[in-house]
Amino acid sequence: MNNFIKKNRIVGRTVLIMVIFGVFFSTILEFVYTNANPIIIKSEAEAKERLLLQVISKDIYNNDLINSFIKIKPNEKLKNKEVIKGYIAKNNNKVTAVILETRAPNGYSGEIKILVGIDTKGYILGTRVIKHQETPGLGDFIDVTKSDWINIFTYSSLKNTSQSEWAVKKDQGKFDYISGATITARAVVKAINESLNFFKENKLEMGIDV
Amino acid sequence: MFKAAVIDGLWKQNPGTIQLLGLCPTLAITTNVINGLSLGLATMFVMMIANSSISPIRRFVPDEVRVPIFILVIAALVTIVDLSIHAFAEPLYKALGIFIPLIVTNCIVLARVESFASKNPTLPSFYDGLFMGLGLCFVLIILGGMREFLGQGTLFSGFDLVFGQSLSGLSINFFDQYSGFLLAILPPGAFLGLAFLIALVNWIDQKN
Repeated sequence: MNNFIKKNRIVGRTVLIMVIFGVFFSTILEFVYTNANPIIIKSEAEAKERLLLQVISKDIYNNDLINSFIKIKPNEKLKNKEVIKGYIAKNNNKVTAVILETRAPNGYSGEIKILVGIDTKGYILGTRVIKHQETPGLGDFIDVTKSDWINIFTYSSLKNTSQSEWAVKKDQGKFDYISGATITARAVVKAINESLNFFKENKLEMGIDV
Repeated sequence: MFKAAVIDGLWKQNPGTIQLLGLCPTLAITTNVINGLSLGLATMFVMMIANSSISPIRRFVPDEVRVPIFILVIAALVTIVDLSIHAFAEPLYKALGIFIPLIVTNCIVLARVESFASKNPTLPSFYDGLFMGLGLCFVLIILGGMREFLGQGTLFSGFDLVFGQSLSGLSINFFDQYSGFLLAILPPGAFLGLAFLIALVNWIDQKN
């Protein structure tokens, strides 16, 4: 009996100490989180705006770009699985460009997310890969910090590039690729082509009627 | 005490080449110098604060549940580091990404806490964390350098992305036309590189 109480006392003490440690560190974490989170949200918004500014130039709009968007439902063209934002750039209340987020589901290792800036006539103003997991040193040439390959799409449109030309040169298309990483380039070309198709079909909803 | 910590951490008990602990991030992230250096510094920092915060409370931790409590403390510290980097150093956070939370699972942190900080006073524990972390950091830098040189033909590329634009001139490109050596960049390259490094360390040890 004595032994039983002794044993339980150890259990009780152990539980108590673990609870104290748990509560103590949760409080610290809560404190750090409440202080850091507003800064994180702000720096993420800034990072996003910097990214948006890379696909269109600052000269062509004067509205609050981050807060000027339409909601885009999941669709076959942009391959989004949840509702995403399509940003509308306006100059003196006249739409000058849109920024769409498109996905290439068939990269070499997983999904590639791409931002595409398109002007009102359907010409690409700029493209940036915002998220990918392609092989470092091989497939990551699509990242602008590694190579400027991604800029080859600028000024392409559905008008000056026919449907069959929207492919890498290996597939008789118009776009260069890095040998050894054809799958990555193919996926990106296809996704950007689809974003233009989406733009063509939905430009009325974005306030473009040309 | 100080000297022993330096020798143990950097050579005799080096986490990367002798203890072989914490290999998962070691092998995964060392595709170039900058990745190795950033993760090395982050791990070193966590080891320093983990060791020096567990050592003062070591008397209050019951022996039976010391491991869960150590993990709890390490996880809390890493989360704090993670949140702080995310808030105050966005580019660094982008570069390290998933690997900061993964420091929690890095064996070497728990190993040093368990085998050193839980038995020694605060100051020696701090030194131990510092120099074990530094030893690991060196291994990550050397391995990253080997893989970056062989795989991409460059050294120190990408420093500007983490430490600011002023360092963009640091990148060295060794060959004009280098098509890359894929094996060095993929995971097998990490194993081979580490094997060469360990062989070298053993060879030097045997010679002495």
